[in-house]
Amino acid sequence: MSQMTASGRASGRAERTLWQRLSHDRNFLGLVFMIPAAAILLMFLAYPLFKGVWLSFTDAKIGRDGVWIGLENYEWLWDDKIFWLSVFNTLLYTIVASVFKFAIGLYLALLLNEKLPFKAMIRSIVLIPFVVPTVLSAIAFWWIFDSQFSIISWSLKNMGLINENINFLGDPNNARASLIFANIWRGVPFIAITLLAGLQTVSPSLYEAATLDGATRWQNFWYITFPLLTPIIAVVMTFSVLFTFTDFQLIWAMTRGGPVNATHLMATLGYQRAIMAGNLGEGSAIATAMVPFLLCAIMVSWFGLQRRKWQQGGRDD
Amino acid sequence: MTDTTAKPGLTDESEGMSYLDGGFRKVVTVYMPLALIMVVLIFPFYWMVLTSIKPEDQLIDMDKYNPFFVVGPTMKHISKLLFESNYPQWLWNTMYVSVIATFLSLIASVLAAYALVRIRFRGAEMVGAAIFLAYLVPPSILFIPLATIIQWYGLFDSPFALILVYPTILIPFSTWLLMGYFKTIPYELEECALIDGASRFQILFKIILPLAVPGLISASIFSLTLCWNEFIYALTFLSSSHNKTVPVAIVSEFVDGDIYRWGSLMAGALVGSRPLVILYSFFVEHYVSAMTGAVKE
Repeated sequence: MSQMTASGRASGRAERTLWQRLSHDRNFLGLVFMIPAAAILLMFLAYPLFKGVWLSFTDAKIGRDGVWIGLENYEWLWDDKIFWLSVFNTLLYTIVASVFKFAIGLYLALLLNEKLPFKAMIRSIVLIPFVVPTVLSAIAFWWIFDSQFSIISWSLKNMGLINENINFLGDPNNARASLIFANIWRGVPFIAITLLAGLQTVSPSLYEAATLDGATRWQNFWYITFPLLTPIIAVVMTFSVLFTFTDFQLIWAMTRGGPVNATHLMATLGYQRAIMAGNLGEGSAIATAMVPFLLCAIMVSWFGLQRRKWQQGGRDD
Repeated sequence: MTDTTAKPGLTDESEGMSYLDGGFRKVVTVYMPLALIMVVLIFPFYWMVLTSIKPEDQLIDMDKYNPFFVVGPTMKHISKLLFESNYPQWLWNTMYVSVIATFLSLIASVLAAYALVRIRFRGAEMVGAAIFLAYLVPPSILFIPLATIIQWYGLFDSPFALILVYPTILIPFSTWLLMGYFKTIPYELEECALIDGASRFQILFKIILPLAVPGLISASIFSLTLCWNEFIYALTFLSSSHNKTVPVAIVSEFVDGDIYRWGSLMAGALVGSRPLVILYSFFVEHYVSAMTGAVKE
């Protein structure tokens, strides 16, 4: 077919219309097929991304276009204690939650990889926290962490471990711990199920060979499972870190940044400053300040994928 | 295998493959931790269900009744939710926005994925990488500029704002997922059709799509879940009560003053997650493959 087109074009046959030629041209067809996706992504993803950076250099307010004010927003944020508190909170939240999510997720994946009865059912139960919309489970956690009617306080009191109700969301450190717990709860299933899929691709013969050579269970894990799982861990953890770092809904549903800004993440602070207070420029500066961190996370993913090539028998590194 | 472990000198003889046969050992190392994790994972959901059917007095009085169970469950909270609030409207909004956004992004993704995998136009690899990067751009850094853009287009407080914006989350994911599926379809099928004079559109709709149905199902389930779950855009772009989606409405409309209506709140959360849980229980295998497939690709 393509040869015909080429010869037709070469001899300049008149009956080949423009449309016929175009409909066999890879580049033109590719362009046509890409139009819908490209249009949406350019209009509502790429353009806002640049507009956000631009807004952060202006003093735009809601309902008023801003003028260029250079780095003023950033200078202002540099001296803003609440902003730095939110950066600290975001890092704390991301690091603690990610470490726990990874550890528990991997552990759960290893448990699920054992021979178990009712495997399919267990797996679907494990996924429930991931399926229930975050805000709705956050509301359930809000109720579980209620200052008066918390079921946790009640149980601990009945066991005689505490005398007073725990003020889960009213005390800064308790509130941080509660949110991190809820985030871990939400994130573990995704990591566990994904790593489980990775585990199932590891050939059992490797373990058999290692066991015959006298490897312990731990050695099996450390020298076979873990290295083979590294690429998938890199990808999953990049996503996890990325979405934990930019988390908004869990905090908004449970504490809205309180008590006294103790749980404000950069995303919630940005929302508060930009949408509720109307300072679009300042809010954009906060959002833009998240970008370097996100780039770091993407770099981690990139190097994880690089290692994958080597595992598939490609270039060694 | 047990013969080798019987050798003296191998101190770790109970380890290795034989641990799979262990009885008591397995209870301690596998079943107990697994049961514990499962209880923690399932408990908030159980609590949600329980609270939504508990009569008011049992919610507040934790001494007279054991709070872990319910005596004389009531449908009051749920019926109040369904007949005396805007809840059905919010549910409808969520469904409407999710379904249309999913449909739009599915069309765009199918075309894009096909072009990237099979037409292989100049620069296809770069475009593919760009789409993957688009998946990594979180809504949290886009909602502020998007709010100004939405305002500019005059779409503020309209479901169309969400219908247009949600595909930015869905297209990168679905495209990536579908590319994986399209790659598994033999190229020979397409060559035959090309020789018979079929156009690219005919090939796509008559040959590729029928073979990629599992991929399409996975992509749509995943997209619906993402839409249903989406919060920050819906919170920013919608202001009037009757346009809101379930997650936003629950947080902003259901919490009135100091008295939290816990029963209705939990009922709202329960009913709001219901459709997804049902959908997912039918397609759990697709769901898992979508999740893992997207990461493996």
